[in-house]
Amino acid sequence: MTELRRFLPAAIGVLALALFAWGMIALLERLTARNADVPAAASAPPAAAETPHISVTLFYATPEGDALAPLRREVPLAQGLVAQGRQILTAQLQPPPGPYISTIPSGTTLRAFYVSEKGDAFVDLTGIAAAHPGGSLTELLTVQAIVNAVTANLPAIQRVQILVDGKEVDTIAGHVDIRRPLTRDTSLVRELEASP
Amino acid sequence: MLLVETQGTPPPAPLTLIAREGRRAVPTVIVSGQELIALDDVASLFQVTVAEDAPTGGVTVSYRGRTIVLSTQQSIASVNGRVVTLPAPVARSGRRLLVPLEFLSRALAPIYDRRIDLRRASRLLIVGDMTVPRVVARIDSAGPPTRATIEVTPAAPVTVTPDVGRIIVRVEADALDTSLPAGGTALIDQVRPGDQPNTVALILDGAAGTPRTATTTADGVTRISIDVPSAAAAGDTAAPPPPPTPPSDPLPPVVGKRRFTTVVLDPGHGGADTGVRTADGLLEKELTLDVARRLRQRLETRLGLRVLLTRDDDRTLGPDERAAFANNNKADLFLSLHGNGALGPAVSGAEVFFLSLDKEGESVRRSANAEAVSLPALGGSRRVLEIVPWNLAQAAHIDRSSTLAQMLDQELKRHVPMSPRGVQRAGMRVLTGANMPAALVEMAYLTNPDQAAKARGEEFRNSTADALYDAIARFRTFADEKAP
Repeated sequence: MTELRRFLPAAIGVLALALFAWGMIALLERLTARNADVPAAASAPPAAAETPHISVTLFYATPEGDALAPLRREVPLAQGLVAQGRQILTAQLQPPPGPYISTIPSGTTLRAFYVSEKGDAFVDLTGIAAAHPGGSLTELLTVQAIVNAVTANLPAIQRVQILVDGKEVDTIAGHVDIRRPLTRDTSLVRELEASP
Repeated sequence: MLLVETQGTPPPAPLTLIAREGRRAVPTVIVSGQELIALDDVASLFQVTVAEDAPTGGVTVSYRGRTIVLSTQQSIASVNGRVVTLPAPVARSGRRLLVPLEFLSRALAPIYDRRIDLRRASRLLIVGDMTVPRVVARIDSAGPPTRATIEVTPAAPVTVTPDVGRIIVRVEADALDTSLPAGGTALIDQVRPGDQPNTVALILDGAAGTPRTATTTADGVTRISIDVPSAAAAGDTAAPPPPPTPPSDPLPPVVGKRRFTTVVLDPGHGGADTGVRTADGLLEKELTLDVARRLRQRLETRLGLRVLLTRDDDRTLGPDERAAFANNNKADLFLSLHGNGALGPAVSGAEVFFLSLDKEGESVRRSANAEAVSLPALGGSRRVLEIVPWNLAQAAHIDRSSTLAQMLDQELKRHVPMSPRGVQRAGMRVLTGANMPAALVEMAYLTNPDQAAKARGEEFRNSTADALYDAIARFRTFADEKAP
């Protein structure tokens, strides 16, 4: 009985290690398999053919403009949370495939992306406020697309604060309070049939 | 004739005067370890007259034919002929005369018509027949369950109301003399004064489950025991039967006998901020002002209400200015009017919003009594976030704001096309600082060609004003019925 007790943790350890190794191999296989698909994906720049990509969920307005649609997109795999966050946001700022509509005004660029010690992400944008068409709904869609793009793909990040030109601001277009870090909000997300 | 010239330092915490008329800070100054108060402040607070007799170095304080004679040389006072000692003589700071704080309890109190109760330890000066029990809170064990006790002395009826992420303890009293733990422990993040002068709020951690409370009164002390289990534990173990719970009617946040009299309407946008623009050039800021004026006319003439607009012309206003305008005018209702915009032309219909309090709102509430919160930011810098307590004012009115939003939705439905989204909760910036029931109405989508065309016309604007009028009339009846 005591023997068993002594060996049990070791046995569990070995099992866990084996499981982990198997998991890593499986992951690598999947990544390389996805790599092969990349050139076919419209979003991938030709030069990045050999860069591994990961599949992420980005958020765009539905063709009607009344909700957010989650779309699977390929973005370059990056080293580390912050670098990956930048890749995700850079992709989120790009025009979506038709008939979806970007909720972020074109011309908006990512000034900075960083993560605080507390694990809050800061998304610093420029050009977003002046070009925003306004309206509560559109502003909610804009804010939720940014916050959800980060939190849905980077589980380590629970809260996202949007900055404009490096500064904390009240709102983007006069309605939605963005003075504090925001958590994921899926109230306006409408799940569609699985996208390819 | 030698008077001490005095500079002094401010006290570590201000002295607060609590009276039937309200509460206010009383300026005091520390000089050589003595806390002093200016006699001209005493004169204005207590309606006494102060006269200085320069040749003798005497100072006379009179109140309704009764007199106190003070000395600039000796630490004594003659109170209606009876001598009392004070820790220091009268001092001078510039043209002002200063007396030790004890003057209030030892010299003024015996001749004053109302009770004067100076509680130095808790920095309170209670004037008149006010019930201000001592409330001591402590966290007994980290647990889980995290256990806390609140003792009210002398005993008083209490109401314990669990809310989202917090527990509100309301004591039947005019104010509270609180001694609260400095920080939180385990599942209790903070114990702090509540939004009302007679409440204490326990802010719970995000991992806290449903708390259990029990109230007992013995030996002149009311004791509230609070057990906060962890949410995980509450889920998988069959919770033991809760101890007897005290009555916990959710009380309305505003207690008072005033009736519903004042409405503040907030025409959205204005000035440089035009809001949404229709294809043919109608601006949201024009529509909101016009409908606000129509609504004001209806409310004034039909209900006799006092109706104020945050702007009655085309000017730029910040969100805090709008809420502050409503707060300063003691509005019973705040309604912000807007026109909506969508990325597609098909989206249409009116929508109603009231404020959502997410975890962030709660966490700011937790630190609401701090002056500033320093947040670390990457790159080694720190950001200092100023926390303005009134800016969270709306949190106390969420239930009524929800009722208001429902009424607005129901009445709008009868007059104008509605969006399928109906009543929504969102972090609407302009609502956060409103210290009264508040909602935001998006009247129509100005990006929808049909709605944009209608928004130009009298019919739509009158229908919307009629709907909003009906909702406010209903809410007024509701508010007056609920008023104590």
